[in-house]
This record gives sequence, C-alpha cells and structure tokens, in this order.
Amino acid sequence: MAYSDKVLDHYQNPRNVGAMDKNASDVGTGVVGAPECGDVMKLQIKVAADGRILDAKFKTYGCGSAIASSSLATEWLKGTTVDDAAKIKNTQIVEELALPPVKIHCSVLAEDAIKAAIEDWRQKQAAAKQNADGISGTI
Amino acid sequence: MKTPIYLDYSATTPCDPRVVERMLPFFTETFGNSASRSHSFGWTAEAAVENAREQVAELIHAHPKEVLWTSGSTEANNLAIKGVAEMYRQKGNHLITAITEHKAVLDPMKHLESQGFEVTWLPVDGKGRVDLGQLAAALTERTLLVSLMAANNEIGTVHPLREIGKLCKQKGVLFHTDATQAPGRMELDVEAQGIDLMSLSAHKFYGPKGVGALYVRRKNPRVRLAAQMDGGGHERGMRSGTLNVTGIVGMGAAAALARTEMAGETARLRALRDRLEARLLRGFPEAVINGDIASRLPHLANVSFPYVEGESLIMGIKDLAVSSGSACTSASLEPSYVLKGLGLGDELAHSSIRFSLGRFTTEAEVDFAADRVITEAMRLRDMSPLWEMVQEGIDLSKVKWTAH
Ligand SMILES: Cc1ncc(COP(=O)(O)O)c(C=O)c1O
Repeated sequence: MAYSDKVLDHYQNPRNVGAMDKNASDVGTGVVGAPECGDVMKLQIKVAADGRILDAKFKTYGCGSAIASSSLATEWLKGTTVDDAAKIKNTQIVEELALPPVKIHCSVLAEDAIKAAIEDWRQKQAAAKQNADGISGTI
Repeated sequence: MKTPIYLDYSATTPCDPRVVERMLPFFTETFGNSASRSHSFGWTAEAAVENAREQVAELIHAHPKEVLWTSGSTEANNLAIKGVAEMYRQKGNHLITAITEHKAVLDPMKHLESQGFEVTWLPVDGKGRVDLGQLAAALTERTLLVSLMAANNEIGTVHPLREIGKLCKQKGVLFHTDATQAPGRMELDVEAQGIDLMSLSAHKFYGPKGVGALYVRRKNPRVRLAAQMDGGGHERGMRSGTLNVTGIVGMGAAAALARTEMAGETARLRALRDRLEARLLRGFPEAVINGDIASRLPHLANVSFPYVEGESLIMGIKDLAVSSGSACTSASLEPSYVLKGLGLGDELAHSSIRFSLGRFTTEAEVDFAADRVITEAMRLRDMSPLWEMVQEGIDLSKVKWTAH
C-alpha cells in the first residue's frame, strides 16, 4: 500500500501524542473503535471556560492512516473552539491526508473521536453546573 | 548491509543461481516442445522433463510416474480436490479439511460444497494443531478425501502426516496434503507418511514461479482424477497443456538442491530463527510466539506484539520485507483467518508479523531486523491507548468498545 507523504509525515512524527488527566473537569476524552477492528483512538481536549480548546492529545492503536488521522485532528483542534471543532468532517481529513477508499474508516473514526471528546466535556460541564446549582440551592 | 532485507521466504523465494543456470539453455537453444515426437528438439526437451520428474520424485520418495506437472500449488490443490471428488462421486460425497488451510484448498472445498458435496471443517487448537480424535470421528463411509497441509504458511505448524496418513488408510480414505511450504524444510516421504496426493510449488523452494507438481499415488491404492482442463491429453490425460519445460527443469534442479542441502540448511535456519526470536523477546518481553513450538517449520517465526497494530508496525520497518497477519493489508477489517482460527485475542491477532528466513539470510540481517522491529514496536506501543489502559489495570476484554 502506498501512503501519501502527509500520512507518512504524521506517522513518523505524530503531533501531540500523550495523555491528560481524564478526570479533570476541563478535559474531554473520547475513546472510539475496537481492538477486533484493528483500531482504537483516544482523543482528549482541554477546554477553557470560553469554549476555546487549549490543548489536544491523542493515542492511537491502528494502521498508519489511523495514526495520521488522529494526529491531524489534534493539530486542527488546538486553538479552535468546541463549536467549530464539532463541525470537523471526516471528508476534510480524507482530503488533507489523501486517504484511499479502504482507509476512509480511519477518518470516520477520527471524526467520531472528536465528537466523543466534546460530548464528554459537555457532560462534565453540565454535571458541574448541576452540582453548583444544587449547592447554591441548599445554602 | 543492503536494504530492504528480504525475510518473506514463505511468500516466495528467489531462484537459486544454480537453478537459473540449468534453466537458461531451455529458453533459447534446447527450446523444443516435450510433446514433439518427430525430432531431436522434442526428444531433448522430453528427456529434460523426465529428468526433472525423477528429481522431484526423489525429493518425496515417490516413483517418477506419480509426479504430474502443474502451474503451481493452487492448480495442484484444485486438481487433487476437485479431481478426486468428481472421479469418486459414486462412492461418496464427503471431504474433510481444516480451517487454517490455504485459500487454494479452502476455496476448492467451498466450490464442492456449492456442488452438493459435504465438507467437514476441522477446528484447530491454539497452536494450530488438528485433533486426531476429531479427525477419526469425522471419517465416514461416505468420506472421499482428507486434505490437511504439511505445514502452515502463516504460523509454520507442522501436521503429523504419518498419523493422519495412517488414520486415512485404516478407513480407506484418500489423503491429500498441500506441502507447498515443506520442501527443503522438513522430511517428505509419501510412503512413510501414507500420502496419496501432494501439492508442490517450485517458487517456494528456490525454483521459478508458475510451475508446480501434484503427486498422485499409482499403487495401494491407484488414485484416479477427473481432469480439470481438457485438451491434448498431456500428463496422462490428467493435465493437458504444453509443458513449461524451462520451469520444470528449474523445479527439478531446485528439488535436487532441497533434498541434498536440507540437513545443513534446516539446522542453519533453525539457529537463525531461534536467534531472531530470542532477540525479539529480549527487547520486547511481552511478544508472543505463535504456532506450535514443538512442531514447526525451522525457518518461520510468527510473532505478535501485543497492543501494537501489525500494519502500522510494518509501515515503520520499511527496510524489512515481512508479512503481517493484520487486517489492513487487505481491504477488510478482519485479521488473518488463520490467527483467528487459533483463537488468539484481537490484540494479538492484529499485531502479528511473519518472519520467514531462507537460504540467503545472514546473521547480521537477523540481528538488524530484530532491533528495527523492537524499536518500532516500542514506539508504537507508547502511542497505543490499549497499552495505556492495560497499564492502568483495565481488562480490555471487559471494555465496551464502539465497534464500527
Ligand atoms: C500453503 C500454500 N498453499 C498454496 C499456495 C499457492 O501456491 P502457488 O503460488 O504455487 O499457486 C501457497 C503460496 O502462497 C501456500 O503457501
């Protein structure tokens, strides 16, 4: 299989590999995929109070295209807002990395991982808000 | 060191220069059609073909008349399996094979199933071994053929041919073995092992591509086949078509080398393979050796690197030519059916690399390969969320994954 230069670059020099504290209230974590399918992506975002994404990290088990898709996703996430991040489409990843048809599922997985991380962060925010409301109600 | 380093001798081998030397005159000078009876060009070609037939026969302890030329093992398997099933249709309708066979056995079997035959697909254990008790129990009055490979091409597990042959003989069932991976790597003896049909392919033992042979027993019992290709009636009517004289000469020469050099070569390959595995395990202690350590081809190492996906690993070791049992090498997301057949967990099945060494592999190449693989596997494992979870004490089999 021939890989595009961009896939090779991300594979050889993956951006933002790492982990953040998944229990932190300002960190959203998305884990998608399954070992039996040969790819699992974990994507994390750290979000400021105003919705800006301050940092993004990933870890991926999967083929080179899966690694590249998640590495690229973290690059795009950093500095953007959760609302804009939610609009990232897998087709943009396909285009940027020149993924062949058999690797499109890697880009879909990356989009799912972004959505899952945002959803996790949103749920934490809602829970924190509820907690805060609850506290103010009893005082 | 010259890279890429070829460690995929189970996929194919280069022609031995001594083989090429024997073949060359048959392209240009002695180019006759071995079926030409009216002039010396034909006679010379025929003599060369018959000489090669003897060489191949000798390799497997057969009579030359029992060796039939084909285009390779795929054709030999098709001819053996479909040829027997069609020829003996009146006698029965049942065939037996195992789930870890090569596609060139599985697919002819499936074809026969679609034609109304019944096929028993024997499972294998974690090392790729069939249960002989299960085989014995599957044999019935209606069974025509058992097809079990001599050695597996992915994991190298060697089947107990003698015992299988004995079981088949007791029940009067024909025994075919796909011995594509075996020549020069393990003993083949159609008499001692009770084999009735055997498939061989020259390009797996330093001969040319596109030529192979099918051994067909002539006595006790005499095996008959329904031809799969109609035409000029070559090869006693069982396989029509002008013989690939050049290729056949090459296969004969390769068979002679495989036979005479096997003892020294298997010892050398086993030592190299063991060195490779030991070095890999030292650098990556969680690595798992697949196949049957006690009964395995000497040149092959199938190793899983847990929590590292095979295709990404192969991508990182571009200077090594190896095979992956992992999913993404094909368009599907399935890992190799052989590794799945062993019941390996997904994180192992998706992470396997097959190293197969050969006549021209050196110790320096093996050391280089091991070190490259360790470096890359470590890098990828550090990037793996599965490894991270395991480090955190999470049981991966209990995680609810979002399969896609
Ligand atoms: C076990 C086995 N059977 C059959 C084949 C097919 O052989 P050929 O390439 O000669 O058709 C191969 C080679 O890939 C093999 O390893």
